[in-house]
Amino acid sequence: MMDRSLIVAGCIFGLLLALPILLPVFGAGYLTGLIIKAMLLAIAAISLDLLIGHGGMVSLGHAAFVGVGAYAAAIGLESGIENILVLLLITLAVTGLVALVTGTLALRTSGVYFLMITLAFGQMIYFTLTSLAAYGGDDGLTLWSLATLFGSDVVQNGGGLYYVVLGTLLATWWGIYRLSRARFGRVLRAARDNSERAEVMGFPVRRYRLVAYVIAALIAGVSGLLLVQHAEFVSPALAAWQRSGDLIVVVVLGGLASRNGAILGAFFIVIVEEVLGSFIHEWRLIYGPLLVLLVLFAKGGLSDLFAAKPVRRAAQ
Amino acid sequence: MLEIRNLNKSFGALKVSRDISIEIGPDQCHALIGPNGAGKTTLIHQISGVLQPDSGYVALGGQDITQMSVWQRVQAGLGRTFQITSVLPSFSVLENMAIAAQAKAGSSMQFFRDAATETGLNETARATLDRVGLSDRADMRASDLSHGELRLLELGIALAADPKFLLLDEPMAGLGRTESAALITMLSQLRNSLPMLLVEHDMDAIFQLADTVSVLVDGSVIARGTPDEVRADSAARAAYLGDGMA
Amino acid sequence: MSMTLFLILCLNGLQYGMLLFLIAAGLTLVFGVMGFINLAHGVQYMVGAYLAFFFLQLTGSFALTVLLSLGSALLIGLLLEFFVFRHLYHRSHLDQVLATFGIIIFLNELAKVLFGPTTLSIAPPELLSGSIQLTETLRYPVYRFVTIFAGLAVAVALFLTVSYTRTGMLIRAGATTPEMVSALGVNIQKLFMIVFGVGAMLAGFAGVIAAPIFAIEPGMGDNLLIVAFVVIIIGGVGSIGGAFMAALLVGLIDTLGRSLATIVLSAVFNPSFANQIGPALASMLIYILMAGILVFRPQGLLPAKGGA
Repeated sequence: MMDRSLIVAGCIFGLLLALPILLPVFGAGYLTGLIIKAMLLAIAAISLDLLIGHGGMVSLGHAAFVGVGAYAAAIGLESGIENILVLLLITLAVTGLVALVTGTLALRTSGVYFLMITLAFGQMIYFTLTSLAAYGGDDGLTLWSLATLFGSDVVQNGGGLYYVVLGTLLATWWGIYRLSRARFGRVLRAARDNSERAEVMGFPVRRYRLVAYVIAALIAGVSGLLLVQHAEFVSPALAAWQRSGDLIVVVVLGGLASRNGAILGAFFIVIVEEVLGSFIHEWRLIYGPLLVLLVLFAKGGLSDLFAAKPVRRAAQ
Repeated sequence: MLEIRNLNKSFGALKVSRDISIEIGPDQCHALIGPNGAGKTTLIHQISGVLQPDSGYVALGGQDITQMSVWQRVQAGLGRTFQITSVLPSFSVLENMAIAAQAKAGSSMQFFRDAATETGLNETARATLDRVGLSDRADMRASDLSHGELRLLELGIALAADPKFLLLDEPMAGLGRTESAALITMLSQLRNSLPMLLVEHDMDAIFQLADTVSVLVDGSVIARGTPDEVRADSAARAAYLGDGMA
Repeated sequence: MSMTLFLILCLNGLQYGMLLFLIAAGLTLVFGVMGFINLAHGVQYMVGAYLAFFFLQLTGSFALTVLLSLGSALLIGLLLEFFVFRHLYHRSHLDQVLATFGIIIFLNELAKVLFGPTTLSIAPPELLSGSIQLTETLRYPVYRFVTIFAGLAVAVALFLTVSYTRTGMLIRAGATTPEMVSALGVNIQKLFMIVFGVGAMLAGFAGVIAAPIFAIEPGMGDNLLIVAFVVIIIGGVGSIGGAFMAALLVGLIDTLGRSLATIVLSAVFNPSFANQIGPALASMLIYILMAGILVFRPQGLLPAKGGA
């Protein structure tokens, strides 16, 4: 079954790699931009799936880390730092620290309490970002200078940002794939299955969950950094709780513990928003009930359609 | 091997453990019996680390483990089974064993190497499956096992971590006659090499397995000795007769 | 800072707290009794406010508006329960989150389509539109007092219901040992519907009485919902008393914090630094309080027995 998911992944990444060559519109922007948007959403969704699908931890504040990562990068840029590697380090440090503190507190609980507390901390981060008056407050901040790689614009829209994002998506896919099959992933799944038993097997469950929480936040933070490079703009809306809800939709739509599913889910959402949105301005009137119907009637998510692997339900 | 010294625990005004002391030597099987509500579960929780005693201490192999958390005690060599079966339902039987072995085989903060291909873990897992007689179930999902097989799996999980001491919480619960007999045979082989504390209602099991017995009533040990001595003890008889068990 | 300002802030905080209580009460009961995580609870507050706007336009009478709005809020709540929520009680929390998230998206958009994206407002009823002279320098709007008392009245009524009636007993039992309640042969379905309907109505009521004070706009319930979650974590899940205490605490701290943080900080640091940090710190206060509760009293201030 695993090889099948590798084949599906091979197809997805092959297609994404070839797309700019196939599409004459490359460089023209619109479609490329859409795909970059979907890939960034997929990166954040795969990281959230590490928590939900593998760890059974339903976080409703994950978008906040995208926001923290984006703001860390944006503030770094505003302070005159232009090397993307330095900005990456700043992003990782800030996101990691925030995740460590909020995670330590949130993981004192589990299940639905964890959900409510991550939601609350996410909102706290959102409001903190809106109160950064020096960096645009509510309205956000347009960035006039973007990061470079030692002076090269390869990490910008005009250069090779598409491939940088694709590479990051691939690295995330591969990293989570290895991690989920390694000892660490096994312990995480054990804790999801039966945390008391995992503890009585000799594993400090909370510590493993915290490490997973921080890893997921770091990945989300990186997607925030890349989002800044792509959108050339940051705003607190990135961290709004509705964004966290969207991420959960992507994860569930794709099927839990399925990286391919998360990618397909992300593309599905972006396309639906784009296509439905171009037909009817009030596409949310359809999208909302669609979600309800999805929960009530379709359980496996998109990845089931592609038969990647059986879907596991999240722990309560 | 396991030493419990002057353990006290109260919930408000209710004293659930009164000055309990039990010492279990190497290669010894000690049974703990008592009527419902005598405080057996609370005692098990204090040994395994779920609850902290108000005073007194617990030592394993000479090491004071009173302040340790649940997982640290397991790392220190305390294996246990649950009264209500507790396994990893979505894992395969083999993987249940392998992850239990993993806890005692170096750090599990490993993020890259495929755990399913670690031969060391898999060998321990297969050997343990052999010991509990579940080899032909290795690739089944744990949730698909029968109740009797689950009890064996649970024992296997405890054994896979190569414990120094085994805490068995009513291992016979819910088993039929033949299954019980098989489990007793298995445990009687184990007890030659592994000291254990057996909490059990099944008197057959106790007579066949235990070297010594403690009788817990109202949070105190009211009698102890060999199974025959305890059977002859009037206080123990009274406590049990009062509970409707002869 | 003058004493007058401080008093006004306290009254505003109290009033915000009452509003929070009305929302948190339903949320905590629904969660406590059914283990159901209802993100759409906040949107029912918004529905209440829009209903008030709609019925006031229609009837012109505030009293009639309150009655009609409450009835409609109850009806909408029951319809949602019947068509959606009922099928989710035994599902994972993830499913519940997703479905209720869908409902939020739908209702927010629906409000935008029906009433437009701009903010609306209604005037408080004529009878209550004046203000009361409290001290020589302090006047406070009558309507805001009325909302405080309305919140208090609901709190007392809820407390009495939960403490002394048979339904209340079942609710308490359901919050602690749900198996017991179904074992007693109680019609759980009916109990759930009652609790759910009352919760929806309370949130709707909060929306109605908030309508003359705050702007009516799509999404107005979303942020309040999260604060309500903070309230029930602080108060202890499933506990009406806890929700009441925590709601007032959060209402006061948030209101005072937003006005005073910068002032207090500038007494210690230089003003520009205080202006930078003050607002950020103020918006974090209630979450810091929540974190503190989690560390020192994870079961909440007044936990429902056996809950948390």
